[in-house]
Amino acid sequence: MALLEVQDLHVHYGAVHALQGISFTVEEGQVATLIGSNGAGKSTTLRTISGLVRPSSGSIRFDGQHIGAMAPHKIVRLGIAQSPEGRGVFANLTVHENLEIGAYTRNDRAEVARDRERVLHLFPRLRERLKQLSGTLSGGEQQMLAIARALLARPRLLLLDEPSLGLAPQIVKTIFQIIREINESGTTILLVEQNAHMALRAANQGYVLEVGKIVLADDAHKLSQSDEVRKAYLGIS
Amino acid sequence: MTTLVQTLIDGVALGSLYALIALGYTMVYGILRFINFAHSDIFMLGAWFSCTIAGLLGWAVGTPPTWAFIVVLLAAMAACGLLGFIIERLAYRPLRSAPRINVLITAIGVSLFLENFGQLPKIFGNTPTKMPALIPDIALGSFAGVRLSLVNLIVIVVAVVLMGALEWLIYGTKLGRAMRAVSYDTKTAALMGIDVDRVISITFVVGSALAAAAGFLQAAKIVAVQQPAHVSWVQLGLKAFVAAVIGGIGNVRGAMIGGVLLGLVEMLGGAYLSSELRVVYVFTMLILVLLLKPEGLLGKTTVEKV
Repeated sequence: MALLEVQDLHVHYGAVHALQGISFTVEEGQVATLIGSNGAGKSTTLRTISGLVRPSSGSIRFDGQHIGAMAPHKIVRLGIAQSPEGRGVFANLTVHENLEIGAYTRNDRAEVARDRERVLHLFPRLRERLKQLSGTLSGGEQQMLAIARALLARPRLLLLDEPSLGLAPQIVKTIFQIIREINESGTTILLVEQNAHMALRAANQGYVLEVGKIVLADDAHKLSQSDEVRKAYLGIS
Repeated sequence: MTTLVQTLIDGVALGSLYALIALGYTMVYGILRFINFAHSDIFMLGAWFSCTIAGLLGWAVGTPPTWAFIVVLLAAMAACGLLGFIIERLAYRPLRSAPRINVLITAIGVSLFLENFGQLPKIFGNTPTKMPALIPDIALGSFAGVRLSLVNLIVIVVAVVLMGALEWLIYGTKLGRAMRAVSYDTKTAALMGIDVDRVISITFVVGSALAAAAGFLQAAKIVAVQQPAHVSWVQLGLKAFVAAVIGGIGNVRGAMIGGVLLGLVEMLGGAYLSSELRVVYVFTMLILVLLLKPEGLLGKTTVEKV
C-alpha cells in the first residue's frame, strides 16, 4: 500500500475549481514529484494534504488513514511535514528558534537534539547562523532553514513546495543534492517543482499537473524522456 | 526637585497601569491584526470583579488580612481570563475568516454589551461603589516631602512582576515561541503542528488577566469605583491603547515602554504645565509619534531579505 494515496481530489477557491479530481500515490521510501507551470494547482495540492485547504470532495489517505478533514496541526503529528512555498521562515525568530518550532510536536528532548545535529550536518551554513534572526538570511539559507525545520518534525512524508524558487543554479544543485540525501536516509518525499529538469532527476515517480488535472503520470525517468514533457517543461524540441 | 521626584513616582505608577492594559491590545493585535475594543471593558470588569470578590469574602468591613489583596488580585485575573476566553470563543472565533472590519465591529458590540450588561441591578448595578480597603492608605516614608504610598509601590511591583512573567512566557517558553510564530504567520505556524486556535485562546486569557490586574490596581488606588459604563473607564482604556500604538502595536516590549512613557508625560505635563490638559499631552504625544515614527517606537525595524 502506498504511504500517501490521493483519490479524485477536488478543491474550490470560491468559484475557481482549482483541483479537478486528481489522483496520485506516493510510495514509501520514494521521491514523487508534481511538476507543472504556475497556477496548475501544485501548491494547492500540498496545502490540501497538509490540511490548510479543505477539499470539496475526494479522499486523502496517509498510511491508510483518512486525513481529508483533519486540522493541520493534527496532520503534522501523524508524520507529514511541509516546507511551504516561499519558505515561510519565521523572520522574527532566530534560526535556532525556527528549528525548535519545527520540533514543536515532539517531547523527546534528547532525540530532538540528536536530529538537530543531523540536520545541521546536512546544512552546515545554518550552524554558523543559529543565533541570527532568520529574516536576515539569504534566500538559499532560508530555503535550507525551511527544509531543516520540516525535518525536525521527523516526518515520514516530507512535502517540499518549490525548493528551487528564486535561487541561483549552484544553490539549487546543493539543495537537490540534500533532498536526495534526505530520501536516502529513509524519508519519503513529495516534491512540487516548476524546475522539471531537476525534479525529474531527483524523483522516482512523476506527475504532470495542468490546470487542476493530472495529464501525465509515469516513472520519472520515462517522463523526462517523453516528447510532451521535453517540449513543454524541459524546453527541448 | 521634590515635585520632580514625586511626579516621576506617580508617572511610573500610572504608566504601569497603562502598560498592563496596553499589553492586551498589542498581543491580540500581534496575532489577529485587529483592535479588540472590548479590552478596556475587561479592565473595567477587573475592577468590578475585585470589589465584588472582596465583598463576597467579607473584606468590605473591618481590617482584612495583609495577604487579602493577593487573593483578590488573582481571583479577578482568573475571572477576567475566563471571560476573555469565552468572548474569543463566542464572538471572535466564528469570524476567523471574515473580513477584519466585521471583527472590529463585533469588538465594539462586545464592548457596549459588557458596559451595559454590567449596569444591570443583579450584576454590578449602576451606582459607583467603594473598593474595600485591602491596601491600607499609608505612606511608606516621606523623604524631603516626597511621598511614596503603599498603593503606588504595590502598583509598580505588581506590574513589574507581571510584565517579567509575560516576558519569560513569550521569550523563554515553548508556548511563547509558538505565540511569536503564530503572530508572524498563522498558516505556517499550523504547518509546524501548532494548534493556532489554542494559542489564540491563550493570548486572550493572558491579555485579559493582565487587564484585570490593572483594574484591580486602579480600584485599589482610586477606591471609588465608577459605574461600568462610566466615561472614565473608556478614557483610561483609550489612553492605554494610545500607549500600545506609541510603543509600536503588536510589539510586547513596545507596549510596556509606551505605557510607562505615557504615564510619565501625562504626570509631568500635569505637574509643570496644567493639570487640566492631561489628556491633551497624551494625544499630542500620539500625534507626534504618528508623524515622526508611524510604526511606533519599537515598531518593526528588522530588515527582511527576500
